[in-house]
Amino acid sequence: MNSPTPLPPIKRIDPSRAPKVVDPRHDSLGAADAIAAAVAPGSSERVERMRIDDLSIAYGTKPAVRNVTLPVREGEVLALIGPSGCGKTTLLRSLNRLTELTDTAVATGSITLDGQNIHALEATDLRRRVSMVFQQPNPFPMSIFENVAYAIREQAARRPSKSTLAPLVREALEDAGLWDEVGDNLDHPALRLSGGQQQRLCIARALASKPDVLLMDEPCSALDPKSTEIIEELITRLREKVAIVIVTHNLQQAHRVGDNVAFMYLGELVEYGTVDQVFNAPRAERTQDYVGGVFG
Amino acid sequence: MSTSSRPDVVHRRGKDTVKSWPLADRIAYYACWAVGIGLCLVAASLILFMLNKGLQYVSLDLIFSNPAVGSDQSQTGGFLAPLLGTFILTLLGTIIAIPLGVGTAVWIVEYGRPARLARAVESGIEVVAGTPSIVLGIFGLLLFSNGIFAFMSFRALGGAVGGRSFLTAGVMMSFIALPLIFTSTREALQQVPAQVREASYALGKTKWSTIRKVLIPTARPGILTGTALGMGRIAGDTAIVVILLGATMQIEKVGSAPLVSTLRGSGSTLTSYVYNNSPAGEGNAPQKAYAAAFVLLLLVLALNFGIDLLSRRTKKEIV
Ligand SMILES: Nc1ncnc2c1ncn2[C@@H]1O[C@H](COP(=O)(O)OP(=O)(O)OP(=O)(O)O)[C@@H](O)[C@H]1O
Ligand SMILES: [Mg+2]
Repeated sequence: MNSPTPLPPIKRIDPSRAPKVVDPRHDSLGAADAIAAAVAPGSSERVERMRIDDLSIAYGTKPAVRNVTLPVREGEVLALIGPSGCGKTTLLRSLNRLTELTDTAVATGSITLDGQNIHALEATDLRRRVSMVFQQPNPFPMSIFENVAYAIREQAARRPSKSTLAPLVREALEDAGLWDEVGDNLDHPALRLSGGQQQRLCIARALASKPDVLLMDEPCSALDPKSTEIIEELITRLREKVAIVIVTHNLQQAHRVGDNVAFMYLGELVEYGTVDQVFNAPRAERTQDYVGGVFG
Repeated sequence: MSTSSRPDVVHRRGKDTVKSWPLADRIAYYACWAVGIGLCLVAASLILFMLNKGLQYVSLDLIFSNPAVGSDQSQTGGFLAPLLGTFILTLLGTIIAIPLGVGTAVWIVEYGRPARLARAVESGIEVVAGTPSIVLGIFGLLLFSNGIFAFMSFRALGGAVGGRSFLTAGVMMSFIALPLIFTSTREALQQVPAQVREASYALGKTKWSTIRKVLIPTARPGILTGTALGMGRIAGDTAIVVILLGATMQIEKVGSAPLVSTLRGSGSTLTSYVYNNSPAGEGNAPQKAYAAAFVLLLLVLALNFGIDLLSRRTKKEIV
């Protein structure tokens, strides 16, 4: 019945824009020593909270993270960048042993928290000290108050009363910059908040256990620019309280919130250094290709 | 784009009207409508008929007096005992079925290992769901007449175990509700996104505390729906009552312990009362059968309505 509409032209990938697949080992040969020195213990005067040492993770036989060594320091934001599928999430989830929930994941190497191997800790204790915010806001289908209170309640101990919890909940919500917006409606369902508010609630929840390290996996990728801005300010503010590791696809964001940047490629750590150094004077050729032109 | 070039169709707004559909689609469409309306008519006439008959015969006196022995059933006694019987049995069956159904569903969805065992359990529940209740009743009688179950019912003078009591009937009734509770709980749990579980583990919570504090509360509307369906089925079942409860006119207690004596005793429910007083049974008091059937219908409708309200309210609390 309808007159035929012309088909859209078939898009062909311009060969010059196709991604270059270069083995990072060759690519970063010249830079390897400098980077190894940068990730070595004692290369900064800040206190080191976590140390990832020669960590490799594979899903079954498929490697996702290869021989990564990285420090996580107090008072710093570490930004993990790299193309999709390079193992950022896998690396992040190994820091609080969430990778253990995947049956096929096998890890070698070691991760320590304040000098103690994380496998020597109870997973539940570790996860309270190294808490996590996910890419998709994932509040529980409960009230706002309960979402935060759930994170505080201890497993075995007797249920703390609402009056002992209330100030702690308030503090966490204030830390996450959400108190002013929800303080009067703590019993509202969390799922009725906006996406940005939900994500800040998830941050409040993660902060409620007073963690040493906060892991964030692309926390703004599902959010609008305004919410993103609020969360970035939050990260900058929280840096004083807690060591932060943030995965992001957004290089500008890494530049804005990061103190140190780690660039991963095909599971390997290709570059590590301060923001200025990585973005302005990258050591590895791969990094130049990846960050090049972003701040041109 | 094309419409603007054809002036005759410019002013037509909804393009997808039923009239434009192929004949077969239209026939199917109207057939669906007819079936839907037909079902409404059946439901409406059922309720109107029962309302008419019920209101004609039902009275407070009937509801609040016990069945009495008399030559003319139409003159003596009401159905307080069967009404209580329905309450007791429904409650008992549900109380047994909820933990079993919810527990099994949690195990299947959250653990489900070994996979073979999980599959076997699911098939087992399907078999129970498909078993006619009269078969459950007969099986229960066989089972509970065993000496070791004497504590659940009564022992006759000769030492034989009766096997008939609220307890034994309640246990078998729970098998009617269990598959419904299991299925709806399983579905509700499967709908909880994996991220929610992960979020809980990431807060340092154990699997058990995740199940108790996050998953079961989230699945509560589903659990409630299954429970309502199960309760309706228990309240409406006759076969198990006749075989395992004894369908005695009064609640006959066994022993003297306050609650236990009733649970170990036999009795009747509205369903067996309706059956016995209908022209099909022996009481031959159709008026009372109508009245009792009316009350039963009201109960079940109220139950469904109430639970629906409750599950909607819980849903509102969480989403
Ligand atoms: N649960 C899993 N099972 C098997 N393979 C997985 C699993 N999760 C990730 N992988 C694989 O591991 C590799 C690294 O994945 P990961 O999610 O860590 O990448 P990423 O850098 O976070 O990517 P993105 O930027 O797209 O989030 C990918 O090749 C991915 O296919
Ligand atoms: Mg990722």
